[in-house]
Amino acid sequence: MSATITAPAYRIIPIIPALKPGAMEDSKPFVANDKIQEALGFPGQLVEDWHDRAIARMGELLGKYRSLKVYMDACVHCGACSDKCHYFIGTQDPKNMPVARQDLLRSVYRRYFTLPGKFFPKLVGARDLTREVLDEWYTYFNQCSECRRCSVFCPYGIDTAEVTMAAREILDCVGYGQKYSNEIIGKVHRIGNNLGLPGPALLDTLEGLEEDVKEGTGIDVRFPLDVKGAEVLLITPSADFFAEPHIDSLIGYAKVFHATGTSWTLSSMASEAGNFGMFIGNYEQLRKIAMRIREAALELGVKRIIVGECGHAWRVAYSFWNTLTGVGDGADANDRFAMMLQKQLDHRYKQPMHICEFTWDMIEQGALSFDKEANDKHIITFHDSCNVARGSRMGNFAGGQFEIPRNIIKAVANNFVEMPSSTTREQTFCCGGGGGLLTDDLLDLRVKGALPRMEVLQQVVDEHGVNFMACICAICKAQFTKVMPIYGFDRRMIGGVHQLVSNAIRLDNK
Amino acid sequence: MVGTLFAILLYLATLLFVVGVLYRIRVYSRTPAPLKIPTTPAPINTGGVVLRMTREVLFFESLFKANLWTWGLGWLFHASLALVLLRHLRYFTEPVWSWVALIQPFGVYAGIAMLLGLAGLWVRRLFVERIRYISTPSDHLMLVLLMVIAASGLLMKFLAHTDVIAVKGFILGLMYFNWQPLPAHFGLYVHLFLVAVLLLIFPISKLLHAPGVFFSPSRNQADNPREKRHISAWAKQLDTSQLGPNDMGNAK
Repeated sequence: MSATITAPAYRIIPIIPALKPGAMEDSKPFVANDKIQEALGFPGQLVEDWHDRAIARMGELLGKYRSLKVYMDACVHCGACSDKCHYFIGTQDPKNMPVARQDLLRSVYRRYFTLPGKFFPKLVGARDLTREVLDEWYTYFNQCSECRRCSVFCPYGIDTAEVTMAAREILDCVGYGQKYSNEIIGKVHRIGNNLGLPGPALLDTLEGLEEDVKEGTGIDVRFPLDVKGAEVLLITPSADFFAEPHIDSLIGYAKVFHATGTSWTLSSMASEAGNFGMFIGNYEQLRKIAMRIREAALELGVKRIIVGECGHAWRVAYSFWNTLTGVGDGADANDRFAMMLQKQLDHRYKQPMHICEFTWDMIEQGALSFDKEANDKHIITFHDSCNVARGSRMGNFAGGQFEIPRNIIKAVANNFVEMPSSTTREQTFCCGGGGGLLTDDLLDLRVKGALPRMEVLQQVVDEHGVNFMACICAICKAQFTKVMPIYGFDRRMIGGVHQLVSNAIRLDNK
Repeated sequence: MVGTLFAILLYLATLLFVVGVLYRIRVYSRTPAPLKIPTTPAPINTGGVVLRMTREVLFFESLFKANLWTWGLGWLFHASLALVLLRHLRYFTEPVWSWVALIQPFGVYAGIAMLLGLAGLWVRRLFVERIRYISTPSDHLMLVLLMVIAASGLLMKFLAHTDVIAVKGFILGLMYFNWQPLPAHFGLYVHLFLVAVLLLIFPISKLLHAPGVFFSPSRNQADNPREKRHISAWAKQLDTSQLGPNDMGNAK
């Protein structure tokens, strides 16, 4: 399949593409088998009474999530979002317009939960839930990366991510789950991380890294695992342990901890920052996966929790961990569950903290110094990862998630260039592989979804000679490594912010 | 006879409008928002949220970022509608409040602007391929409904006058349960009937965007999840079931 996949042509002027109905109707990921489904407590196969169960589950979700309820009612079909999705721009399939994607679910909501839909379905675009509609849900709710770009532009803030999550949750509940995401969630529970790297192998990898860094720098930089009483617990995406270019950022974090004399540890129990529970919209899975971090923190007795470069993981950590697990501050004094952990954590620091916040704090305090020339071979631009940009924050002010990574890059390198502002910060385009779509059975979609980012990257390459795109997301790194060559770029152009930190940081033998 | 029918219709429409919208607000406010999902960058405190919501409701900030044509036409329509509604207050108070008297001429222009805005939005819906694709019959009808209401109102102002004193008498009569006859005027019948229809469909249609926007979690939440634990009632139950007897000792 991948042999036939080619990159779509760049738009000469970035005009809104004409519609190509049905362009992506055959793009769907592999369906999860019964073993994968049942491990998460979902039915193994599409159940006999899927229709009734789906409607019942939709009703439950409407009662549990204000977002879904309001978003189902409030849309006026104004079209503000219609040209904002990278998958629509790349595929031209009208069902990839955010409003049309929402309407796949909204049409059924109207039919079963509203008066006009019950009595005049045609008039208000209401539809019965048929097998065709269910298949359409599976197809198109697996063409949304939950990046929230549409929600920036919606006059009511309708967030298609919330709708996609609800739809995927309904599909899982009737036994129609997606293989890639659900298999990964199974691995987190069984082994401790998304990539299925068991504890002993992790230890081996970390020891190997210590040797590599020693060889490269002559300095004993440690990569500690399961150290009780460490100050900092680092939670990072498991791709950081061996994927390229992710591993270079892990080395960067270790060097920052080394240079600042911070005692830190990784955890074999919680060797994964990623949380695919969010992608499938299942609160129980989201919570269960996050609970591993709470347990590791309690067991190791750490004072601080820091999160590595991973977009959706940072959204979950920043926005949801306090709710899910109590990792944070400001719980009620009689909230025993949260207080158990919050009493242990050191609240002079943000809990949890992003590794970029940590590094930037250290730079501001003068605790780190750099040979910026070490990055002179790079002309760098920064790709804002969607979940960091639109679902989280860093620092003390709104928008810190944009400034802090850029500040770090400028502190460790001399050549920094911005991409056009309509594609960065809160208007950033998804890499095309987020939200549980980073699987080869969706490669065609991933390549097309990368189009808007590749277009503007080409622009800064042509105008400024950019040869390095930094980001802070494991999925962005993996996605770009795969699709950039298809657009004619060198795969090594993508890398982490802490990879640049690692290149330039001055170390001494502590 | 016609007056009686209209009296009944308007009472019914107003009642269903008020009850329906209150019911919706009740449902929205009672449905929990279990997770912090403001679209960031978002205000970090409540004061900031009030400002964000004000900008959103008064100036359609997000729509402005999205598409200038839709924003311009949409804002023109909504702002004009607001002025037109305020102008209509003169039918509901005796004596007419001085500021309502003051805005009367502007209200007339607003009526024309409202019609233009609606027409522009309909042209967009009819001729922009993407917008036509996502439109349901009700989307078109809603615009037609509003346009006929506006046009019938303007018609009575400029072409076929009705006895506005008598109309006011009729409306005050409805308000104080001292019923008065409604002037026989076709344009007026159309105008009032369609306004009643609008009130009736408001709580069961996309017009719910008006109360809905205030309950949108991506807009009305402050961005402070690390500083304050946000937990809904149903999620809280999961915490409690997690705490075993051994944990209680640790928690002290």
